[in-house]
Amino acid sequence: MSTPKPDTTSPLLDISHLRVSFRVGKSEVVEAVRDISIAVAENETVALVGESGSGKSVTAMSVLRLLPGNALIGDGSSIRFGGTDVLALSRDALREMRGKDIGVVFQDPMSSLNPVFTIGSQIAESLQLHLGMTRKQSFARTEELLAEVGIPEPKARVNAYPHELSGGQQQRVMIAIAIACEPRLLIADEPTTALDVTVQQQILDLLAGLKERHRMSMLFISHDLGVVGSIAERVVVMRHGQIREDGPTARIFGDPHDAYTRALIACRPSLDTRPRRLPVIADFMSDSPEAAAVRAAQLRERKVRPVDEKPILVVSHLKKQYRLKTGLFSRKLIDAVTDASFSLSRGRTLGVVGESGSGKTTVGMMLMRLTEATAGEIVFDGRDFLALDAKALMDYRKRIQIVFQNPYASLNPRFTVGQILVEPMRVHGLLANDAARLAHANELIERVGLPASAIHKYPHEFSGGQRQRIAIARCLTLKPEVLICDESVSALDVSVQAQVLNLLLDLQEEFDMAYVFISHDLAVVKYMADEIMVMNKGEVVEVADADTIYRSPQNPYTKRLLGSIPRGYVAA
Amino acid sequence: MSAIEPPINEAAIDPASRLDPAPRSSGVWRNAWKRLRQDRVGMVSLVVVGIFVVAGIGSALGLVARHWADEIAVPYAPPSFLAATLGDGLKIESTAGTVLSIDSVDPLEPKKAEIDQLTIKNHQVEKPLVNTLPFGADRRGRDVIEKAIKGAQISIFVGLAAAIVATFIGTVFGGLAGYFGGVANDILEWVYNVFTAIPGILLIFCFAAVLGPGIGSVVTILGLTGWTGVYRLVRAEYIKHRSREYVLAATAIGAGNLSRMFVHILPNISHIVLVQLSLYVVLFIKSEVILSFLGLGVPVDSVSWGTMLNEAQSELILGKWWQLAAATSFMAVFVTAFSLLTDALRDALDPKLR
Repeated sequence: MSTPKPDTTSPLLDISHLRVSFRVGKSEVVEAVRDISIAVAENETVALVGESGSGKSVTAMSVLRLLPGNALIGDGSSIRFGGTDVLALSRDALREMRGKDIGVVFQDPMSSLNPVFTIGSQIAESLQLHLGMTRKQSFARTEELLAEVGIPEPKARVNAYPHELSGGQQQRVMIAIAIACEPRLLIADEPTTALDVTVQQQILDLLAGLKERHRMSMLFISHDLGVVGSIAERVVVMRHGQIREDGPTARIFGDPHDAYTRALIACRPSLDTRPRRLPVIADFMSDSPEAAAVRAAQLRERKVRPVDEKPILVVSHLKKQYRLKTGLFSRKLIDAVTDASFSLSRGRTLGVVGESGSGKTTVGMMLMRLTEATAGEIVFDGRDFLALDAKALMDYRKRIQIVFQNPYASLNPRFTVGQILVEPMRVHGLLANDAARLAHANELIERVGLPASAIHKYPHEFSGGQRQRIAIARCLTLKPEVLICDESVSALDVSVQAQVLNLLLDLQEEFDMAYVFISHDLAVVKYMADEIMVMNKGEVVEVADADTIYRSPQNPYTKRLLGSIPRGYVAA
Repeated sequence: MSAIEPPINEAAIDPASRLDPAPRSSGVWRNAWKRLRQDRVGMVSLVVVGIFVVAGIGSALGLVARHWADEIAVPYAPPSFLAATLGDGLKIESTAGTVLSIDSVDPLEPKKAEIDQLTIKNHQVEKPLVNTLPFGADRRGRDVIEKAIKGAQISIFVGLAAAIVATFIGTVFGGLAGYFGGVANDILEWVYNVFTAIPGILLIFCFAAVLGPGIGSVVTILGLTGWTGVYRLVRAEYIKHRSREYVLAATAIGAGNLSRMFVHILPNISHIVLVQLSLYVVLFIKSEVILSFLGLGVPVDSVSWGTMLNEAQSELILGKWWQLAAATSFMAVFVTAFSLLTDALRDALDPKLR
């Protein structure tokens, strides 16, 4: 393909009336993208925002023609890049276009980089392939690129393998590969979703800077409106394969016309207010007076339970060390958690925040005794929890329960929902017989907002949010006093997240449960928690009241963490 | 195909779901069946395997191939479709219907009346031996097709029974080693290493020498020597699954070790066990053939595909290939169909941990 001539009148990328569907099985066809039109001008950043299944990634992959084999592009669809019809390009012309004219950054840098090649050779490959550079030239350029994307000591790092770099650095390498040939368009498909929040901000800054310097256009795909606000000039909101709203960022955030956009903005817990209940999509999609009343009621601040005289859970100097085999006889001790202390009263929520590797999940596991603590003390309702023998532990097991992160992995796929809910009651001999247990399971199913027919279904028939409700119902069967939520809403879409958070708050009030809410998402923790514990590299760096910690963080790490929360669109 | 249905199926069905007669959503097994039905190759092989199994059961009950041991044809009677071409070259001597030529001098003349009387008295209706059979006869004039059907009964039984024994041992050992790790794992790994350190066929000979020939011995030998493969697979799966979140969740609600091992994890790895089981059926049918061929397998008074092949080697020198053809084509069709069915089963059963 000859490099298209710059054209100032028409946009660089012009997607019009794109329809993509997928063949499923023999005759079934599922529509993923239904007639959408998006234009990206030269040197413009357009963000494509939507929840899972909205068709945003399919749209982006259509531009590169990287769709799977069962994809069908509908008649009348057209994708023009710099005046060339992408859908009509030959295989060779396409290959030349990919990487050279259009660069891509994918979500997960760990799986996007080839682990057996050095990062230098992976960047140089693209240069040799598309720009015809010699090996020497390409490696010289690679060093410059690494410096440009902010990798320290690029000369030495050229020969590093992907596993020697952190997640954020790997994503920088992916960006270096994407911009190596000076593409005119950069497609970034959820480039920061797999990264920690502090790293996320750095990557966003890097992308914005590169775009300015290289005068690229960027198509930025994300599920998170908060991330998009700081980087995009124009935002396109998608839902169910259709465009709901398309407009300048300031207008989208300041004056959203579409109900769905308004809902998406409102569903994210905000750092400034703490309403009793988060709005959900349904509140916005209907214009009934009830919905308006609900919206008004949401504005009330939540009442905070006072701290009890006698806390249900007192943890002091909890410590976990792992032994790592480093040789035949040598062992290295790795500290996962060095010294964690906190206490929790009935009806209150302790938020545990930290980045990956901070030891927050290990704390949750030790509280459940799914991982045995190396040292320290957990006093549960006046008894030393860690000293309990197997028999006594059974009684305490039902008083402290956990909801895991991934609702797709935490439910046994071979059990029906009924079996999943009856089993814990049977293990603990609750209720007289299975018929009574099943009846109770039915009540709980309705309590967590699922239809009664769910009881005979298998987990794979439910969506992520519904599965998380089942997992919550499973915990409720034992009437726990403490519920640990280990990243329980992290895998869910924003609107579903709001529903599950609302459910958790309702249940807390109803059953007077204490929550240990573990999350990397600072906004969600701020919304849920009364007290917050910040962890970093196995250490507890700060424990304080939620409002206090956000208003005046004491520890430098906490400050840095809070500083990197994407705050959505901020009017200049 | 109920014979290869794994026992875990029972464990997966919780009494809770039996309590309520309300319509249930299609389960994992029914979904697998639905997927299998869409697989044309799988369904054809299922039908073929089904025919073999029905024939095997039928012959065990005496419904078919009951007279397999009757000598109904002349020795080495050729297949009917070849009788015309082979007829002259082979020159079959038939004893039926030949008339003795009696010369004028008959030494038995005086006793003719007595002989006639004895003949009438001792008259036996002897079924005349036929010159050809549809697919030929063996050295003793037995129909090779009936032999092959009777042989299918023993071969398939040996294959299935040995596969179930081996899979059972392998699954239990693999589950214990993988789930508990530590000392249990070390001990079982030692046993595994001992079994795999000895060349397979020698190990089989050792067991055969101790146990002596017989169908039961063949099942025991193959079961006791063949569990190592499934052990490794199941052990690896247990190691993988024991730290999965759904197992942690089961621990959190207080489910015991046995419950976690067999109620939670086993149904989720049952597709591995099941596919391994059907691969073993194929393998052990072939092993039985080898054992019988070497004279260590089923006893001489019964017939299996292996003993047929053993007989066939001497016949082949004489150019009588039909017994070999019958045994090998039966075996080839069954083994191929079973392998294809296994492939289809693997595709159908793979649970989507979505």
